[in-house]
Amino acid sequence: MAAQTLFEKIWNDHVVRAEPDGTTLLYIDRHLVHEVTSPQAFEGLTVAGRAPRRPAAALAVPDHNVPTTDRRIAIADPISAKQIQTLDDNCRTFGITLFGMNDIRQGVVHVIGPEQGFTLPGMTIVCGDSHTSTHGAFGALAFGIGTSEVEHVLATQCLVQKRPKTMEVRVEGQLSPRCSAKDVILAIIGKIGTAGGTGYVIEYTGSAIRALSMEGRMTLCNMSIEGGARAGMVAPDDITFAYIKGRPMAPKGALWDQAVASWRQLTTDAGAKYDAVVELRAETIAPQVTWGTSPGMVTGVDGTVPDPRSMGDEKLRQATERAIEYMALTPGMPIRDIKIDKVFIGSCTNSRIEDLRLAASFAKGKKVAGSVHAMVVPGSGLVKQQAEQEGLDRIFKESGFEWREAGCSMCLAMNADVLQPGERCASTSNRNFEGRQGAGGRTHLVSPAMAVAAAIEGHFVDIRQWS
Amino acid sequence: MDAFTTLTGSVAPLDRLNVDTDQIIPKQFLKTIKRTGLREGLFYDWRRRKDGSQDPEFFLNQPRYQEASILLTRDNFGCGSSREHAPWALLDQGFRCILAPSFADIFYNNCFQNGILPVVLKGSEIQALFEGVAAHAGYRLTIDLAAQQVTTPEGTAYHFDIDPFRKDCLYRGLDAIGLTLQQAPQIAQYEQRRRSQAPWLFQDVK
Ligand code: SF4
Repeated sequence: MAAQTLFEKIWNDHVVRAEPDGTTLLYIDRHLVHEVTSPQAFEGLTVAGRAPRRPAAALAVPDHNVPTTDRRIAIADPISAKQIQTLDDNCRTFGITLFGMNDIRQGVVHVIGPEQGFTLPGMTIVCGDSHTSTHGAFGALAFGIGTSEVEHVLATQCLVQKRPKTMEVRVEGQLSPRCSAKDVILAIIGKIGTAGGTGYVIEYTGSAIRALSMEGRMTLCNMSIEGGARAGMVAPDDITFAYIKGRPMAPKGALWDQAVASWRQLTTDAGAKYDAVVELRAETIAPQVTWGTSPGMVTGVDGTVPDPRSMGDEKLRQATERAIEYMALTPGMPIRDIKIDKVFIGSCTNSRIEDLRLAASFAKGKKVAGSVHAMVVPGSGLVKQQAEQEGLDRIFKESGFEWREAGCSMCLAMNADVLQPGERCASTSNRNFEGRQGAGGRTHLVSPAMAVAAAIEGHFVDIRQWS
Repeated sequence: MDAFTTLTGSVAPLDRLNVDTDQIIPKQFLKTIKRTGLREGLFYDWRRRKDGSQDPEFFLNQPRYQEASILLTRDNFGCGSSREHAPWALLDQGFRCILAPSFADIFYNNCFQNGILPVVLKGSEIQALFEGVAAHAGYRLTIDLAAQQVTTPEGTAYHFDIDPFRKDCLYRGLDAIGLTLQQAPQIAQYEQRRRSQAPWLFQDVK
């Protein structure tokens, strides 16, 4: 057989039927469901009198709307409360497993899937959420869908798809000390642009990627969508298998051995061709900070805010001017001079235990600057529990960080955690769009280490030199 | 879903790059459990000035674009979040067709699920249309899906490409789920074969 890429192997394994024009009925192994993008899908099923084909292939969790303060108190916002209640009701009616708001396993949908061993190599995984790309870190084909497709998957366990193109993003070499997967993905987006991956599935390869932990690979794949790619993936290896082994929903015993033997085939064959290839050297990647209102508006912490006048393309110049104005910065200003008001450590990009351990190691024994309000929101109830067992919560609290319950929180500010107009935030999340963290709020995307250092100094600092 | 055959309507221009779905419809409107009534949230923040009052300059606040059914915009429209609330809100405002040099994947796909036709034209063609709209009040275009053509008042016709399957579903207003359900026997066969090859994929989630 011809040499195949990782993507092609998984795709081919899931073709139920392919039409001559390439339209493919693709089988979906697993489906994650959350409260915001599912109510209309369940309503659609009800109206059409349809039942889910395999309710036991789905897992539901409320995350976007949940408060991150005391859960024993009723949710103050009645509309949020209703949406969460609707998810509860739908799961009961349609027989779908739900990790409810007071379940210790509750958390951000893309944190709990891997945590439970729900996410496995070689699978097709979808969710009504664009950051479903996160699960590609396990060598799965995982992508976000809209609500109509949520309904489609519930009813048929399939999706009608056209085969996307493939892009290899190869990162060779060794990252500088204290640089992380977040810096790698921001640098990649800076290079390819926010639409550079449109129409592609990205496979991340190279020695710098292989050296990443599973948490790091998840951070990387998570933000594939910010580069325009619906899915990103990393071939599974021993690091992957060690992470999965023993998790509640992972295969056990003989089934585990059979699964691992099969997963070892999930690599891109020598000689297989990608439709596009992008290469980066790990050593050249500085800690990244976004300065604008799109994730591609990013530079190293040692850089400056760009000057729109130096840009030839008129549309790009206008977009840059607008972004700089919205962000209240000035062209040529050093990134290190940007002062911040808030710090948010959390989101499906950077709220796993490794992220929190790292953040705590930088926060230990230091104090958050008086002018800064900083909060840490763990990705799941289990991450929170683990962090507390390790005493990380005490380190954060002693340093002046707030320590919250799990959820999406200020990543999109759909609950009560919101930036005020004009406030500037260093955030470990994934989107710096206008108003994303609150109308008029200004977001700078950074790694957890950079966020902690900014909280303590009150402005951005180069984490490589920070003591 | 409503079928889309031909549409003749006026054009509203949104001259910005990379319009993300957070701008099309901000988060506070995502708490709904319905698909309808989202017009109020469409470009909610961009419609307003800093003091909260309506900005008369914003294109959707201008009387001449109130009846527009065609949205003209720039590259990478609909990037970001997968929220289908974005096409729902555009539809609620009356848009049935969006013209741009490129779209983000998930948004593009979501349009077809809701009877909206996203049309990709060349950058130079989009530029010419922006100039046409600026020069003539009540600038109208005719979109012919069967012929895959956009025709201007001056009689210029621009061809666009579209996937044949998507075209057919939209043209006939087909229920996509109903179509897939017709293939239930093939799906069952696939499941049986896969279950024997990779049984761990069929462990119940619980
Ligand atoms: S943490 Fe943010 S990006 Fe991730 S699922 Fe929640 S809202 Fe979306």
